[in-house]
Amino acid sequence: MLTVHALTRAFTGLVAVDQVSFTVAPNTIHALIGPNGAGKTTLFNMISGLLPPSDGTIAFQNADITHLPPHRRSRLGMGRTFQNLRVFGEMTVLENVLTGMHPRLGVAWPLAVLRSPAARNEETAGLAKALNLLRKVGIAEQARRPAADLAYGDQRRLEIARALASDPALLLLDEPAAGMNPTETAALGDLLLELRREGLTILLVEHDMGFVMRLSDRLTVLNFGRKIAEGGPDDIRNDPTVIEAYLGTKVARRLAAGAP
Amino acid sequence: MMTTLDDLLWSYQSLIYGLGTNAILGLSMYAVLQLGQLSLGQAAFMGIGAYTGALLTLKLGLPFPLVLAAAAAAPALAALVIGGPTMKLSGVHLAIATIGLGEVLRVAYINTDAMGGALGLSGIPEKADFSIIFGLLAVILAGFILASRSKIGRACEAIREDEDAARVMGIDVSAYKMTALVISAALAGLAGALNAHFSSFIGPNEFAFETAVSILSFAILGGVTTPFGPVLGAFVLTALPELLRPLHDFRLVFNGLIIVLVVIFLPRGILGFRIRRTGKPPPC
Repeated sequence: MLTVHALTRAFTGLVAVDQVSFTVAPNTIHALIGPNGAGKTTLFNMISGLLPPSDGTIAFQNADITHLPPHRRSRLGMGRTFQNLRVFGEMTVLENVLTGMHPRLGVAWPLAVLRSPAARNEETAGLAKALNLLRKVGIAEQARRPAADLAYGDQRRLEIARALASDPALLLLDEPAAGMNPTETAALGDLLLELRREGLTILLVEHDMGFVMRLSDRLTVLNFGRKIAEGGPDDIRNDPTVIEAYLGTKVARRLAAGAP
Repeated sequence: MMTTLDDLLWSYQSLIYGLGTNAILGLSMYAVLQLGQLSLGQAAFMGIGAYTGALLTLKLGLPFPLVLAAAAAAPALAALVIGGPTMKLSGVHLAIATIGLGEVLRVAYINTDAMGGALGLSGIPEKADFSIIFGLLAVILAGFILASRSKIGRACEAIREDEDAARVMGIDVSAYKMTALVISAALAGLAGALNAHFSSFIGPNEFAFETAVSILSFAILGGVTTPFGPVLGAFVLTALPELLRPLHDFRLVFNGLIIVLVVIFLPRGILGFRIRRTGKPPPC
């Protein structure tokens, strides 16, 4: 589905992502974890096209997309959400989702402007689809409110619905559970599992380890911009390099020695 | 009754026509501002249209509709050319680049004899009338309203709110910005040509920085959340100096004062509402 090869991004004086390679298999939930500043969001920005890589390649569905602009990647079937909420605040919730549908609205612009029957049908179908997506993420009753008025967790869900509106094959989620309470997080987990059952592939960045371990088929661990481990949840849980990266050398050594 | 109306039209003709062309200029500013682009090249584009129109009428005697079409096309072409390099600029950088365009052209007009030099062009036949000016304004306004209620309007609002998020949503932000700049230039050129064909005179200093700022103030006063805002803004700021005529030299102070007050107290302009883009309410 997605193959990142030797991807590198250097900022002045700092290599944020250093020669990272991994492959996301179709129809899996793949997690990207690592301590703060490990380069996860930088990697996400390169995959979605907002940040050009300094080196390396990105292949999506067997096509090289390293140099494609973000909107072309979206058309190819890549959707994403942002770590720092970026809903269109003045628009209503429903309009946000309709905007996410943009690359799938095929009616030519003159017809759209003049509201030809084809354009009106497309808009009506789009509205129904948008409402369904809002039901799916559980915020349909707020469809007519300005997006900025939504609670934090609901804005996260709106971002997911907006990303789903473009019918992506791959969904990139940047900390989707941040700021959610345990009940909301559990519901979000159920939603992601349901989406995977429906055939979606998900790449996610998340700090909530319970959430990540419950959902992920595979994990890639980053630290200081480098990949330090990769494997299934059990492999990662017991990997000494990962424990060290998260807890520091001393604690890791004490744990290894069997200290409480 | 008819004669009263005719009298009114006749005595305030240039003011009334000015309301129309300034409203078109306000809309040309709206075209770019609604995407969050600050262009101060509106006066320059207006100048290109005015000179193109006036020269085609004076030297070639072309029919007026053709003159207007050319006057819109010439600045649109200029926008395409300067759009490429300046599209990568944003915010204040784009503003400065477009100010530069205005200055370059002003000096070019002054030094080109075929364009009347510093004296400008006079004796342009008065071909623009009430129905042409306000007919075009109505068509342009209708176009903007229709566009803003479609998926294009949603895309524009998305770009204004968060460019990167819009990109990731599959919106070709560069194409939208370029199109907006070209449309904006065409409208400014059209307004310039209409203006030239009722004021009968154009000069190089009419299309300088001051005019660019006036055009910007139409949009700021009215607000750019809907296309009605810049039209109302243009009407108010064009009519006000006439209404305040008894105040003599102080009347222009009011234009500045109003803008300061609006920016402080009504940052979204006097018409700050927004157009809903969800079509008819679906059965929830």
